[in-house]
Amino acid sequence: MTTATQPAPRDDTALLSAHGLTLGFDGRTVVPSLDVAFARGTVTSVIGPNGCGKSTLLRGLGRLLRPQAGRVALDGGDLAGMSSRATAQRMSILPQTPHAPSGLTVGELVARGRHPRQRWYQQFSHSDEGAIADALAATDIADLAATPLEDLSGGQRQRAWISMILAQETELMLLDEPTTYLDLAHQVDVLELVRRLNQDMGRTVVMVLHDISLAARYSDVIIAMRDGRIVAEGPPSDVITPELLWEVFGLRAEVIQEPTEGRPHVVPLGAGSVKSAAAPGMRAGLQVMSEADA
Amino acid sequence: MSGAPGLLAPGSRVIRVRTASLVLLPRIAWLSLAALVLLLAAVAGHLMLAGRPVQLSQVLAAFMDDPALPRAVRLTVLEFRLPRTIAGAVAGACLAVAGGLTQTIARNPLATPEVLGVTAGASTGAVAVLVLAGAGHGGASGLAAAVGMPVASAVGALGTGTAVFLLTYRRAQQGFDSMRLVLVGLGAAGLASSTTIWLLTLGDVTNASQAITWMMGSLNGKDWGAVVPALLASVPLLAVAGACGRWLLISAFDDDTARSLGLPLGRSRPLLLVLAVLLAAVGTVLAGPVAFVALLCPLAARFAGRTVVPSLGLTALLGAAFVVLSDLIAGFLLPHALPVGVFTTVLGAPVLIALVFRSQKRTI
Repeated sequence: MTTATQPAPRDDTALLSAHGLTLGFDGRTVVPSLDVAFARGTVTSVIGPNGCGKSTLLRGLGRLLRPQAGRVALDGGDLAGMSSRATAQRMSILPQTPHAPSGLTVGELVARGRHPRQRWYQQFSHSDEGAIADALAATDIADLAATPLEDLSGGQRQRAWISMILAQETELMLLDEPTTYLDLAHQVDVLELVRRLNQDMGRTVVMVLHDISLAARYSDVIIAMRDGRIVAEGPPSDVITPELLWEVFGLRAEVIQEPTEGRPHVVPLGAGSVKSAAAPGMRAGLQVMSEADA
Repeated sequence: MSGAPGLLAPGSRVIRVRTASLVLLPRIAWLSLAALVLLLAAVAGHLMLAGRPVQLSQVLAAFMDDPALPRAVRLTVLEFRLPRTIAGAVAGACLAVAGGLTQTIARNPLATPEVLGVTAGASTGAVAVLVLAGAGHGGASGLAAAVGMPVASAVGALGTGTAVFLLTYRRAQQGFDSMRLVLVGLGAAGLASSTTIWLLTLGDVTNASQAITWMMGSLNGKDWGAVVPALLASVPLLAVAGACGRWLLISAFDDDTARSLGLPLGRSRPLLLVLAVLLAAVGTVLAGPVAFVALLCPLAARFAGRTVVPSLGLTALLGAAFVVLSDLIAGFLLPHALPVGVFTTVLGAPVLIALVFRSQKRTI
């Protein structure tokens, strides 16, 4: 009986979960009543077309956006009842386009990650110094500590920001499109780093990614979103299918196995119009399929 | 004690005692000491030279309550000059710190209380009392001057400040949009200034001329009655601002990053902004809207101190020294006496222009 040795059901071990979470802004609802859970120790990628609400979801989970309804629970505790400081000690967020004050050096930036653990009488403890040194080393930018952030290349800058939230020493890390504006080599570099944070340092990672193949390659769980709803959720090989790519992205594609780890890899055939006449039929077909699966 | 290269501002020293640890910035400490010496020199110069020259020894004797000192000299130093000197120092410190707060929160060196309409609102309040309650022939006096002007000025500053902040508050982001803050502030400042000019056309000519002098920023005729309440108001405000210094460090990031670093932005930003408005109001009530103090002093503190966020202590000292020194030069050392605000404008305008050029260069 292998199931007996398995941990408790996922919802109980979930580090972060949302219940009836409704998000939006300016009187508009972008994510209507959503339920989702993220298991401890996993890397989850949220994928979906532009404007599907994936960044909004991440901001809602990271209490950067106040929910219109519903709640977010961190390790079972309601996020709304936690202080900003207490939350920041357990969850770190890298926003999509973070801005640092001009002139800030890499070392100073990473040191700011210690802010949630510092007080006016504890401004720079030994553990602060250790955590910053570790974060700089893990992201391989220790030699850039004295360099102003503005002088870095895009890839280095992204490492510096990740280093900052790494120094926060939180179990959970939320990354909003950490590979945006980076060339492929630097995208892979950042995602390899994310994998190391997860596998070597035990961090739980939830990120929003644009590249489906890279998401499949580096994630334990894929969540596919469209119109503010979760269309599919599960291991990459279950979720990344031609039918799903059509339903979610309006993309005609083959899915092959990439040769290194056997993960699904997307080969685009062409973008059918998202609003094309074929779409409803395809979607109906998919619903039949998913019912059959269930 | 250890140095941590690159991890803290350059030159920082860390002092650790048991679990407590403090970061010291020797550069800021030295600069603050220098600014303090400059302030003391300016104060001494002001007490000696603001009118008929008084020897430094006589100034000191007046403070020591030396019975050998002529009564007239003692009166001159302690009753006529000292209130004006202290008014200049307090107004300078308050305006400078207010500027340091708003510049940092709005992430824009141009976002001073002047740009945000706060000082213009204070002027409108004060001028309303001057013009409407003034008796003519010398302007407002008695109760209207002692109580009415400060209160009306503070109400004007708070009213304008609150209106600007409410107009720029965005529920969805649970915060203020920095760019909107500057634009709405400029609009509010324009509205307040127009109202002030309209008020001037209503009143007596002598009242109007007194109001215009005040609007330029002037320390003329400050007595203890005006200084003591402002001093009492400024001390706790400056102390709270100093205590918020660590919030200020994180406020300089974008909202999402600041919030993810644990800054309770929904509370910290309104508090810092209200502090800035109140400090600007105290400074304006005391000395009129002395131009460019709020722009220049925090910038000077940042550039000289080589910090990302201005040190508020250094900013306050620089502001105090700047206004006292400017008042001494403008009011007493120039061939023709000028209101202090005119002099600070002459010094500040080139810096503002240089700043705009600099920021344009960077964006191109």
